[in-house]
Amino acid sequence: MLEIKNLHVKLEEEDKVILRGVDLKVEAGKVHAIMGPNGSGKSTLSYVLSGRDGYEVTEGSATLEDQELLEMEPEERAAAGLFLAFQYPVEIPGVGNMTFLRTALNAQRKARGEDEVSAGDFLKLVREKAASLKIDADMMKRPVNVGFSGGEKKRNEILQMALLEPKMCILDETDSGLDVDAMKLVSEGVNALRDEGRAFLVITHYQRLLDHIKPDVVHIMANGRIVQTGGPELALEVEKNGYADILAGVQ
Amino acid sequence: MALPQAKLDQLSARIAGLHFPATGWQGKARGEALERLGAMGLPGKRDEYWRYTDPTALTAPETKAVEGRGEAAFESIDAVKLVFVDGVFDAAASDDPALAGVEITRLAEVADIHWAGDLYGQLEAAGQTPVQRPLAAIGSAFATDGVLIRATAAAGRPVALVYRSESYSSDVILHHVVKLEEGAELTLLESGDAAARLLTVMEVDVAKDARFHHVRSQGRTPERLVATHIFARIAEGALFKSFTVAANGVLTRNEAVLDIVGDDAVAHVAGVAVGDGRDFLHDDTVFITHGAERCESRQVFKKVLKNGATGVFQGKILVKPGAQKTDGYQISQSLLLDGDSQFLAKPELEIYADDVKCSHGSTSGAIDDTALFYLRSRGVPEKAAQSLLVLAFLAEALAEIEDEAIAEDLRARLEGWLDRHDG
Repeated sequence: MLEIKNLHVKLEEEDKVILRGVDLKVEAGKVHAIMGPNGSGKSTLSYVLSGRDGYEVTEGSATLEDQELLEMEPEERAAAGLFLAFQYPVEIPGVGNMTFLRTALNAQRKARGEDEVSAGDFLKLVREKAASLKIDADMMKRPVNVGFSGGEKKRNEILQMALLEPKMCILDETDSGLDVDAMKLVSEGVNALRDEGRAFLVITHYQRLLDHIKPDVVHIMANGRIVQTGGPELALEVEKNGYADILAGVQ
Repeated sequence: MALPQAKLDQLSARIAGLHFPATGWQGKARGEALERLGAMGLPGKRDEYWRYTDPTALTAPETKAVEGRGEAAFESIDAVKLVFVDGVFDAAASDDPALAGVEITRLAEVADIHWAGDLYGQLEAAGQTPVQRPLAAIGSAFATDGVLIRATAAAGRPVALVYRSESYSSDVILHHVVKLEEGAELTLLESGDAAARLLTVMEVDVAKDARFHHVRSQGRTPERLVATHIFARIAEGALFKSFTVAANGVLTRNEAVLDIVGDDAVAHVAGVAVGDGRDFLHDDTVFITHGAERCESRQVFKKVLKNGATGVFQGKILVKPGAQKTDGYQISQSLLLDGDSQFLAKPELEIYADDVKCSHGSTSGAIDDTALFYLRSRGVPEKAAQSLLVLAFLAEALAEIEDEAIAEDLRARLEGWLDRHDG
């Protein structure tokens, strides 16, 4: 599904190298987790994959089902099936959440040569998905993320994911700012989307999210590289001993 | 004090070619307007009130002919259409002006219109202090036509003034007078390109508990020059709302002078301007006087500027002694789509009552890159995402239009403009 080879990335505006040769392969149907200390490059990886400005790829490649991601515009990546659940979902005053969701869905469908979803069908679809995430009608009417609590924002991200049905989902610290109940709700939303044709890359500091979203593979990232890869037990080891032991072992 | 010779010469040259109908029921008022004009002279770029907007193109004796491309807005709105071609009312092109509870007459008609005789030029004259507005006096003195509307009840349909230009080399001067009697309600629409250079005055008298809605779409012709003036007197419990959308044009100066004279009245004036290119200058100049208790006023102006366009806002709230519990709000904001464009704002509050709430704010900003990326990451193409964010920026102003169908018509026009100017 997603294949990253020897990815090197620096900041566009300054001489700061962030990723120093990331190699990663995520197969369809699998959930991979990336853990790592602050500043290891986890979020940068998610931004570079989704096409945010401000980064310069100096070496390497990233492909989504054999399509070269790094040459595509952000909207093309989305239409190709990539989705990033933001660590800090953006507030957009003046744009209704409903309008936003429908515009996004129809834009992606149009880009793929599919028919637009009618207003009636869309309403039905959105109601059904929103209900399972306990998103009420009021949240749908408000401007995108404006006045949403931390938990509401994250649930709104998962709602978008459920509507857009991407193939490759990247969750950037979706657990940050969530209480236990909200984390459970969000995780259930994610687990409901797990299937053979879809893959997940879950970026997190903590093991606790992985209690709810059970990963197949766990990677440890440090200093711009993936330094260790293992099964779910690797996450437990981090939880128990912290990153220092693992990093010391690697070096 | 007599004007200096150079000022007199400039004024003579400006009005030399204009027709002055000295007789008839408006004769006296026109004569007085001419006297006011003679005492004031034309505005100059050194005048404080024209500090950001050079009036030369408006005061020059001649204006160059341009090709009109304007098309009327509000086509989908069921309204009584009154068409003016090259500044002259065209009965054949207009709808039958019969509307229950509303009397409609054209200004150029000779018959004495008593109610209009008491208003014509009067609100304009009152609006000449504390700031002089010579161009408005030109409008009262030299208007070739206009419409006189008196509403005595709630009108069932809007009245739509539609401007067309056929010669497009003309200088057009129009003067409208609108009177809403107690409890009446009227929506007045204005759209289209009237001329290469248009000067208008609209005097609006809103009596007790009456409600007046004005929505205007200024023509799209890129070269047009426009100076408009609204003078309104708003009585107890009455509501006055005026909204203007402007696209293109070389120079647009829209002045609104609102005088709130009765308690518990509401006065809103708002607008959206979108401009592309170094030649574009759009100026909203507003003066709201609170002269009664518990009144609310709002000024909401938003401008989207690109490729060197300039936006100007001068907005004042004057709260007179005794105008307690005044609630005044003023916001002017610009979205600069590039580093070449500029927005010049002068918000002013002058308050002589001690129990009032007045706020004002003015900002200039760019498109929020983070929001743009967020939309794109969800599959919305860059241009569409940008349009969505621009419309979101304009939303607070557009929300000032009460009628949703009218607001939608203007929103669609703005979207069209954004589509055509996405480079």
